[in-house]
Amino acid sequence: MNVELLWWEGCPSTERALEAVREALDELGLGGVEVATREIRTDGDADAAGFVGSPTILIDGVDLVAAADDEPIGLSCRVYRRRDGRISPIPDPDDLREALERAAERAEVTR
Amino acid sequence: MSLSIGEVAPGFALPDTEGKRWSVAHYDGAPATVVVFTCNHCPYALAWHDRIAQVADDYAARGVRVLAVNPNDSDRYPGDSLEAMRDRVSREQWTIPYLRDATQEVAREYGAKVTPDVFVLDAEGRLRYRGAPDADYDNPREQAEWLREALDAVLDGSILARPETKPVGCSIKWKP
Repeated sequence: MNVELLWWEGCPSTERALEAVREALDELGLGGVEVATREIRTDGDADAAGFVGSPTILIDGVDLVAAADDEPIGLSCRVYRRRDGRISPIPDPDDLREALERAAERAEVTR
Repeated sequence: MSLSIGEVAPGFALPDTEGKRWSVAHYDGAPATVVVFTCNHCPYALAWHDRIAQVADDYAARGVRVLAVNPNDSDRYPGDSLEAMRDRVSREQWTIPYLRDATQEVAREYGAKVTPDVFVLDAEGRLRYRGAPDADYDNPREQAEWLREALDAVLDGSILARPETKPVGCSIKWKP
């Protein structure tokens, strides 16, 4: 499984997001999975990566939370919604855990 | 440049989403004024918004004025355009004036860094508090406690235990 976190320095959420990813991996017994990080520095980087905000977490290349079609690409902080409706700069931990779990199951099936 | 605690804040006059101009000048009668630099698309600003709006409601009877100021570059971030601000005010039924700092001069003069960035001025226009609304954007039970503490101290004429905290949020989107 490949897990990559795309981040931009204008948002203070990177460390918290990384912690959340690692916690979720640990809870699933996947603590050995490496979490790669990639800094998005410029508008050009954002365009190339289809970056809709920091942090964006890709699991096997797929965005953890699918971005809306009209979500603008660019250097900004990403708005997530928790399952209880609250707005948050990082994904809901349950969404994160479930996405990682699904990816782990897919990896098991294709093995 | 950044405003220091105790320093008189620069006066300004900015339009709200309906074109009405709101001014902050020294000795203009308000016992306390809260200037919050904020925006439409920052998750931190959005998460804290309701708490700040509640402070505005709770302290209105004591003459406290709360002004939200959006300084972001709307050319690069259309989600912060005047039209988008107007839509939001209407949709969310804001009671706080939402001002547009199109030239970003006010944000620069205040030394605002992020959204949200909270500045509390006393009756003389002196900066008495600058920072975050409370300790945790993720915990609505915090109820903008730091901002309330600051307002209580200003209104009571007491010394602020915590005049400055680290503002937490999205960097202001400066024009190139």
